[in-house]
Formats: sequence, C-alpha cells, structure tokens
Amino acid sequence: MNNLSSKFGDFGGMYVPELLIPALDQLEQAFIDAKDDPEFQEEFLSLLKDYAGRPTAMSLTRNIVSNPKVKLYLKREDLLHGGAHKTNQVLGQALLTKRMGKTEVIAETGAGQHGVATALACALLGLKARIYMGAKDVERQSPNVFRMRLMGAEVIPVNAGSGTLKDAVNEAMRDWSANYDKAHYLLGTAAGPHPFPTIVREFHRMIGEETKAQILEKEGRLPDAVVACVGGGSNAIGMFADFIDDPSVRLIGVEPAGKGLHTTEHGATICKGTKGILHGAFSYIMQDSDGQIEESYSVSAGLDYPAVGPQHAYLHETGRAEYVAATDEEALNAFKLLASKEGIIPALETSHALAHALNMADEADEEMIIVVNLSGRGDKDLAYVTGLLGDDLS
Amino acid sequence: MSRYNDMFTALNAKNQGAFVPFVMLGDPDKATSLRIVQALIDGGADALELGFPYSDPIADGPTIQAASIRALNNKISPNDCLDIIATIRKDNPNIPIGLLLYSNLVLARGVPQFYEDAHTAGVDSILIADVPLREADRFVKQARASHIDQILIAPPNATEESLKAIGELSSGYTYLLGRAGVTGAETAAETPASELIDKLMQYEVAPPLLGFGISTPEQVQNAIKSGAAGAISGSATVNIIAQHLDDVDTMCTNLCEFVAAMKAATQK
Repeated sequence: MNNLSSKFGDFGGMYVPELLIPALDQLEQAFIDAKDDPEFQEEFLSLLKDYAGRPTAMSLTRNIVSNPKVKLYLKREDLLHGGAHKTNQVLGQALLTKRMGKTEVIAETGAGQHGVATALACALLGLKARIYMGAKDVERQSPNVFRMRLMGAEVIPVNAGSGTLKDAVNEAMRDWSANYDKAHYLLGTAAGPHPFPTIVREFHRMIGEETKAQILEKEGRLPDAVVACVGGGSNAIGMFADFIDDPSVRLIGVEPAGKGLHTTEHGATICKGTKGILHGAFSYIMQDSDGQIEESYSVSAGLDYPAVGPQHAYLHETGRAEYVAATDEEALNAFKLLASKEGIIPALETSHALAHALNMADEADEEMIIVVNLSGRGDKDLAYVTGLLGDDLS
Repeated sequence: MSRYNDMFTALNAKNQGAFVPFVMLGDPDKATSLRIVQALIDGGADALELGFPYSDPIADGPTIQAASIRALNNKISPNDCLDIIATIRKDNPNIPIGLLLYSNLVLARGVPQFYEDAHTAGVDSILIADVPLREADRFVKQARASHIDQILIAPPNATEESLKAIGELSSGYTYLLGRAGVTGAETAAETPASELIDKLMQYEVAPPLLGFGISTPEQVQNAIKSGAAGAISGSATVNIIAQHLDDVDTMCTNLCEFVAAMKAATQK
C-alpha cells in the first residue's frame, strides 16, 4: 500500500484520520518522484549551497576540552541561513509543496525556529504560510514571532490545551484536515505520520554525509562518536543517518532531563517515556497510565515535546543508538562554556548535546574523536538566558 | 443478530432512518453525564455514539475539544466511562452503543483488554478516529474476537481501493464523513453525498450513517434522502450541554427536545 516502508520495526505508521491518508500518499509519491528527478535535485542542492550556505564548516574546538586524548569537533549547522539545521528540510518540503501544485503551507512551531525556517522558505518560493504556535510560546519567543511576520507568514496563537508545541501540532493537523487540497503540512521534525519521518531524515542527511567527508579529510578515519540533541529528533537523525551502517561510530542522542529525570519536569521520552501513539506515530511518548498525554518540560523550547521520532525509538530498541539526558543546569553550563572558551553561542537545545559530549571528553581514557552536531545558534535564547542567569557570568 | 442489525431492520419496517446523537462521556461530570445520556434515549435516539475524553483530539473541532477538557478537568478516566456505559446498558438492553475515541487510550489499556472491557460494559461498536484502514487490521481482528463491530470511516475523498476494503471489513455501520475537516457544527455537511453513497452500496458496506456538520432536522432529512441510513450529530448536541452547564434540568429538557426534533426528520 505504501511504496516506502511506513514503519521502523513496530514504530511509526500512519495513525491519522482516514481523511488525511490521500494527502500523505500524495506527499510520499511526490517525494519518490522528486528523488529521481534531476531538476528537483539540482534546485534543492543549489538552494542549499547558494541560499542557505552549505556545506557548513566543521570546527575543531581549541580550548573547551582539557583532556589531551580527546578531539571535539563541532558540525556548524548554526552557520546555516536561519541559524539552525531546520532550513535544510524546510527548503526540501517547500519545493515538494510546489511540485504538488499546492500554494499554501501550514506549519507548527515551538521555539519559533521551525516557524522562522518555514517563513523564510515560503517568502523565497512564493508560498503562503500560516504557522500555529502555542499562546505561551508566542509570549516566550516574541522575537521569532516578529521574524516570521516580517517574512510574510501569518502566526496563529493556539490557546487550546497547554498552549505549547503539542497543541500547535494538533491545530496544524486540524487545519490540514480541512485544507489538504491546496495546503501542505510542513511538519518540522522527524516525527508524525509516515512519510514525514523518512522525508525529514532524507532532507537532513547531508549533515552526516558532510561530517563523514570532513572528518575523513581531517583525521583520515571515522569519529568514535557523533552526538546530537533529541526533541522530535530531526538534527540527530540527520547526523546519524549516514553513520548507521558504520558500527564503530557510536550514535548518541541527548534528551532534555529538565529539572532531573527523577522529577516529572523533563522531556526525556526515550529515557523515561513509554510506548504509545501521538501525532500519527507509534513511538515513545510521555503519558499517564490511562494514555492521556502529559506535558513535557525543558529549558529549551525546541526540545519540549512529549514524543520522539519513530526511527529514534527503533534505534534505541535495537541498541544501535544510545539515548541519554542532560539537565537544564548542565545545558546552561555548556552554553556558557562554549561562548567563553570558543567564541560560539550555541542554542539551548544544542547545549544539551554539548554538555554530554563534554562529560564524555572528561571521562575518556583512550584516544577519542567526538563530533557534536551544533544544530543551532543561541541568539534566540539570549533574552531568556539573561533572565535566568542575570548579569552574573562568573 | 447484532443490535445494529436489529435497529436497521426495525427502522426499515417503519420506513425511517436512524438518528444517532454523540456526547462525550463524563462531560461535565459522571453523574450529569448519566442523566445526559438517558435524556438522549428518552428523546428517541435510535443509537448512541459516545466519546472518551482525550488530551489530544486531533480530529475534533473546538466544541468537542471543550467537552473533553471539561471531563478531564473532573478527572474522568476510561474506567469512569465504562462505568457510565454499564449503567446505561443495564437500563436500556436494546439500544446500540458505539464508542468514538483515540488510539492511545486503547493501547494504554492493551488492545485485547480494552475490547473485552468494552464488550463487558455493553458496547456494540468501536470507532478509533486516528486508526485509518491501513492500520486497522489488529483492531478489526480483536473486535471480531470480542464480538464488537469495528466501525470504519468513509471520507469524501476515499479511493476505490479504500471503499472496497471498507466493504470487506465493515460491520455494524459505516461512518460516512459529510465533509473534510474536523468535527463541528460551524461548517455544514455537504449533502447530498448521494454519489459517494451509491458507490458505497456497490461495495456492500455496512449501512452508512452521515456525520460531521449535522446540526438541523433539514440536514437529517437530506442525508436520508440522499441514501444514508441515518445521521450522527455531535457538536450540535454537545453545544446544548455547553450552554446549560449551570442548569442541568434545562440542559436535559433541551437535549430531549433536540433529539426528538432530529428523530422526527428521519421519517421517509
């Protein structure tokens, strides 16, 4: 029934109203056709190169690691246009939207990063964007709301439920159910119903491919580990995809431990969640014993999501990837350290991955090469972090 | 014979279609919910479609979302919902009772356990809003094992392949979507859906009930004229509950009158 596999083991699938199945099938077909169409590929690659700025650099850190046995590299997705990896797959899906003859784009956003990426791609490609954002997030992330509106997108605050990302996803899916004939739902992470997890991975896989080529050029060998933060899991799957068949490379996903995994205030769905269905996919989710979805929590809005992409659930279950968690406090420390030691201000999301990599570096007693996917820059977080830390940077 | 078959047979003999109201179980609380459901039956409902409150109802518009939230705020659990059904069933042995809910509530209990418990409580059918045909196999199998009809949805954009599959798998009734979008009385159903109904009949699906956007007796009449076996009205029913939360007597009187008016429109 599906041309591409819709599941990763038992995970994934298409748990959506029957009404949306034709739209998902149309998307899958457009994606398959586009893959084999040199014209599409040429346009996508040229946008990535000339508009977004690929390939991105890979930087060897100079000061942040004190253990001489360890080399820590940063894959610089923060340098991509838009300030995060998100631009990659948004350009891909925006081109698919046009290919399907649709003129409107629906998207959800939490921190606003996916919304900003969607707005810029739609401005560039002449698509009409409407972006659902939890009312609470609209307040917390007002600079991104302004950015989206500046680039011509309509931002619609969602008051239902908790007023955060999951409610924005619900509302985007409701809109899509009524308007699938002219609108594409441009989902922002490697989660949701098939074919989104596969499409989002494929439109981000250049992160890992470039990393592999760059590390082979610099070091003449594969890294020992690649590390990425995991909310829905798009930057992590983009980094992991090209290394899955290289068993010597450890794949490490870092989830938000919030105020600690022993509390209820975290967003570590693989580390602490249970299996269930949310937003169209069977995966690990945060839920109570009746199956009601629980609120997640993280200092970084981009990781604050009570589900995770189904391929991560599968990589966890098969043992191919490892999933750990870093607390708010650990992430904030890494955020400050990277700024003061390397002159790079990372996104709070990314800081979780960095925090874990720094722990690994401290503990290493053998030669080790680690690559962290520096998935986004921290400009968007400055006001928030100033609020948390004040001016005290000691 | 199932309660649905008995119902359709009896209605055909009277030259009537079915009117099926939907409400959310436990909205706004357990005791009121029992009175509400009984008021629907007293008003002349031919069958009942009942929801379980869920935190993330992606197929529902604002009216039914609000009903879910009211119930969840009063800590209504799936166990409470099953209790309400068991009580209703005890007093009403013949009326067909259908559930309309979301997949994660079924999974959390364990699929076999959920169907067994539903059957024990007196449920006749289960429709899972976020389980399309493509994911339906294990639910259909369990439904058959537990003597429950798995209800499948026929949307206006259904392909021939889907209609054929619905024909093979459906029992009880077929939920025919009157339009795209989510539940809600704000956007009316696009009747006549006669073309789709004709196609459904070719594939010998279970009798189609038209739902989504049905809020007036005229729409019920049109649905039946265009060949549907009846109509389901959710948001319009739930709106009456939302409007009278502070006066349950008036709420129940109005619900009873609403159902009676909708039922009267089912005469062919």
